[in-house]
Amino acid sequence: METPLLIPANAPEEHINPVAALSSSWQLQTSPEICMKRLLCAGHNKIFQISRCWREGERGTRHLSEFTMLEWYRAGCDYQTLMTDCEELLQYVAATCQPERRTFMRQSVQINPHAPWHRLTVQDAFSEYSQADVWECLRKGIYEEVLTAEVEPALAGFDVPVILMDYPAELAALARTKPGNPLLAERFELYVGGLELANGFSELNDPHEQRRRFEEANRERSTAGQKILPLPEPFLSTLASMPDSAGIALGVDRLVMVTAGVDTIDEIVAFSPEDL
Amino acid sequence: MEGLCCLKIHCCEERMYTVADLKKGLKIILDGDPYLVVAFDFVKPGKGQALYRTKMRNMINGSLLDRTYRSGESFEPASLEERTMEYLYKEGEHYTFMDQQTYEQVVMEEETLGDAKNYLLENLKVEVMLFGEKAIGISLPNFVNLRVTATEQWAKGDTSGNDSKPATVETGYVLRVPPFIEEGELIVIDTRTGDYSTRVKG
Repeated sequence: METPLLIPANAPEEHINPVAALSSSWQLQTSPEICMKRLLCAGHNKIFQISRCWREGERGTRHLSEFTMLEWYRAGCDYQTLMTDCEELLQYVAATCQPERRTFMRQSVQINPHAPWHRLTVQDAFSEYSQADVWECLRKGIYEEVLTAEVEPALAGFDVPVILMDYPAELAALARTKPGNPLLAERFELYVGGLELANGFSELNDPHEQRRRFEEANRERSTAGQKILPLPEPFLSTLASMPDSAGIALGVDRLVMVTAGVDTIDEIVAFSPEDL
Repeated sequence: MEGLCCLKIHCCEERMYTVADLKKGLKIILDGDPYLVVAFDFVKPGKGQALYRTKMRNMINGSLLDRTYRSGESFEPASLEERTMEYLYKEGEHYTFMDQQTYEQVVMEEETLGDAKNYLLENLKVEVMLFGEKAIGISLPNFVNLRVTATEQWAKGDTSGNDSKPATVETGYVLRVPPFIEEGELIVIDTRTGDYSTRVKG
């Protein structure tokens, strides 16, 4: 599929800032999510797209404001199917691009996608690697600090890819919660060598709940002094017709990084913003 | 820090920095001290809050500090100025320098000067780093000429195999010199390494 990069509204999220375009009346896509879900509503059941995405102010050794995303959706599936997709995709990429060693590399550690992957829940990862309770961290507003300083470095120690799954629902604004547990969302992240490669989830298709979450994100943004973002109304009005689905976004630049065995994103692009 | 109570911080004319301005080489004020950002990274876990991870060096005592910031925080820029000054004299542990243009004097402690004190001969011109009115460091010329005030005679025919011997120069600094250097000779010292470089003839 190919969808427009320039759109009137992205899905409003608390911590993602779109790049404004067309005299600030439209935005560059922060991900192709909104249009691709409308294609799911229109009956396209198995779709993918590789496209450029933009996020304002994101620049670091693992971030470029302009980057490449592989995004795919499956109707009639949940996030478990996407985990299997990830396994098959990474095994294929490693075998094709690295015929000799068939592994990925991150900070001199070889990561073998052909061996059984490690799966653990966010709650278990927090209690195991930081002796902290994830809910307690969220209440104190130190979730990101503990995750990046203690949990992610521990995930970097695995020589197989890691699936971190079952996120607190408040960290998954577009995901469905687990059946029977409204506190947890069917969301997962794929890590290779401690580097976050993909984010996938079972999709929420309740338009009222989705609107409530978008409005909540805007309230949080407003409290933090961030701009209120417009809601993607045509998406909300078709969402009720979206079949039960699962979707995932994978950072292509980062997949190239671990395939090439380089540790900074600057090494795999021809031009960094500072070169321009 | 006695005798150095004249710390005055100029800040209000310059705009504050935000976390988006953080990068290697930026100089900011933290807890009243100037810090140099020596390492910086932007981290943002999936869909989460962005974090700005920094490593900073205290420009007065050299200590390193790790700090992580969230967006929305702001920093006071540290305005630092480098001025050419002449070394005047030492009193106890205090070294006095003077700006030849304005006759303004600054005092620095031995601890702040570090190894630089080994090369300070009266009237030597150095670059003094000023934070407000406080001198926080100096840069020296790469080479200085200093006279040898004490060293042992080289015994001709010495077969011990030593190709250097200790020598004391007029600042009190002791270094290794070649055996042929004699008391009263002027030698060139590399201030970056503290090593003997060559002898000044005549």
